[in-house]
Amino acid sequence: MNTGKTAIVVSKLNKRFGNIQALNDVSFEIERGELFGLIGPDGAGKTTLFRILTSLLLADSGSAVVDGLDVVNDYRELRKHIGYMPGRFSLYPDLTVEENLHFFATLFNTTIQENYRLVEPIYRQIEPFKNRRAGKLSGGMKQKLALSCALIHKPSVLFLDEPTTGVDPVSRKEFWEMLRLLKSEGITIVVSTPYMDEATRCDRIALVQHGKILSIETPEQIVRQFPKKLYRTEMRNQLQLLKELRENPAVESVFMFGEYLHVTFTDDTLAPYHSNPDRPSPVFTEIPPSIEDCFIHLMSKS
Amino acid sequence: MKQFLSFVQKEFYHIFRDVRSMLILLAMPIIQIILFGFAITTEVRNVQVAVLDFSKDISTQQIIHRLQESEYFTVSEISHPDEIDRIFKKGQANLVLVFGNHFHDNLLHTGEASLQMIADASEPNQASTLVNYATSILGLYRQELMREYQMPFQIRPEVRMLYNPQMKSAYYFVPGVMGLILMLICAMMTSIAIVREKETGTMEVLLASPIRPLYIILAKMVPYFTLSIVNLITILLLAVFVLKVPIAGNLVLLALLSLLFIIVALSLGLLISNIVDTQVAAILVSGMGLMMPTMILSGMVFPIESMPPVLQGLSTVLPARWYIAAVKKLMVQGVDGVFVIKEFVLLAFMAAVLLAVSLRKFKIRLQ
Repeated sequence: MNTGKTAIVVSKLNKRFGNIQALNDVSFEIERGELFGLIGPDGAGKTTLFRILTSLLLADSGSAVVDGLDVVNDYRELRKHIGYMPGRFSLYPDLTVEENLHFFATLFNTTIQENYRLVEPIYRQIEPFKNRRAGKLSGGMKQKLALSCALIHKPSVLFLDEPTTGVDPVSRKEFWEMLRLLKSEGITIVVSTPYMDEATRCDRIALVQHGKILSIETPEQIVRQFPKKLYRTEMRNQLQLLKELRENPAVESVFMFGEYLHVTFTDDTLAPYHSNPDRPSPVFTEIPPSIEDCFIHLMSKS
Repeated sequence: MKQFLSFVQKEFYHIFRDVRSMLILLAMPIIQIILFGFAITTEVRNVQVAVLDFSKDISTQQIIHRLQESEYFTVSEISHPDEIDRIFKKGQANLVLVFGNHFHDNLLHTGEASLQMIADASEPNQASTLVNYATSILGLYRQELMREYQMPFQIRPEVRMLYNPQMKSAYYFVPGVMGLILMLICAMMTSIAIVREKETGTMEVLLASPIRPLYIILAKMVPYFTLSIVNLITILLLAVFVLKVPIAGNLVLLALLSLLFIIVALSLGLLISNIVDTQVAAILVSGMGLMMPTMILSGMVFPIESMPPVLQGLSTVLPARWYIAAVKKLMVQGVDGVFVIKEFVLLAFMAAVLLAVSLRKFKIRLQ
């Protein structure tokens, strides 16, 4: 087995489904023990990438090495060392919590006892319900069980495809705390999410769109690279304002964020902006950009 | 091995915890046996009739000629009483007519002659239809004679129903139901069980684990194999004790034949699960692609002999056709093993081909 510093090496992966280019020349490296995030909208190609890395799909071209094992040639050995949690809840709803965990433990030729220490912080929370059918668990508990099942064989690399989608905010927070804990055990974790706010919890993130990686940086770096000053103004339900800003040549970009509009100006200053003299000028406040602002900026650029 | 056993255990949990599949698996054989208890009428065409003619006189020749002329019968001649049993067991005739000595003389001089009709009543509906048709042809011939000679004649058919003297239709449909039930449980339920894993996404996790695909398949097959044997025993017990159909032949051979058929059906289920991705599609394909042809073309409901040649040809690829035919021979007619060698060989061949193809085609990856 590989003991080098890199856990995953992906180079020039391409995958096409019909006339959709799901992955377009994707290359990156992930270090051992890294918590790596894939951020992007639905259909960006995240799941396809996961499936190729877990040896479930064959790429059209390019190569991927996970834990020192080629995902095509060494797939049989590779499948012993990875943990995978697909996007959809994929445990057996008609089996109890304990039966599910037991089944996955034996599937990987291990026992619950052998690796209990690793899953304990997570499994302890659902253990009171161990005789309940998995289908009757709440969304957050389902995810915890799925994570326990993906971990029970002590994988060296863990793949989590949108583990927090459809999970309540409290459970989401807990879930990420658990990932931190696993990282401290030396497990390499690749996680995808459509939630931008979760991105800051990763060591590094890759922004993905249309099968292409727009950038790979630490969250801080991505925010730092935002090229403009960002202003915020309250929208107060005035779609008129949005339209006005969009038509104004001094405005470079404007996007809706809930009740606010996030605006950048071509000259990076408010000076050239003159609103309609008949109406009071909107109040602009400068704010630090979020990951989402950066992502939207990168997306509109590409 | 532990991996495998744990997988099998999981499959049993799936079955036992799903009321629907339990109902299908356990109630289906009983319901079908009862449903098919109602008689099914069938029409016959081009049925093989053998004639054993000791008289070889003008009357018997004319009767044989008229049988031959009708669209129902294809007549062949045999020359020795010992051949009767043999051609029945080989399935070369469904009806045998035996004319005694001096048929024509008896008819002219005493005004009365008799002949024997022996029918294979392991298919009772067909047997009685055949006897009725043959009797009416005899009746027409008698009327012609009466017009010609202006005197009364009597031709007495003496009917013997072979293998199923009480003409029970149960004799006929029990083998059919066995074929249908085993096909349903093995093929349909196995394909659903595998496709369900694909549909719910658990197949993704299974494939990304170190378990060998062969084990996944075998683990899926074991419970249905076991349940099929339970059903087989249920059907046979129902047949013997409720419907009073005796098992005339060798029980061991019958069991071996059924195991072979179960393997064929399991492989078909596996093949279906490779082709489709949703449970609904699995039900449709196994329902339309397996159950319908099995019911209609296997000779269970309609006699194969009266089908148009195209459908007859189509029926030869159906495993159930050979299984049902062999079960009839073994169970109802009680023949020796040598008479079912052909069916055994054909089913073994189908099992080998299907199993090889479906194991080869099982995907170790998604898509």
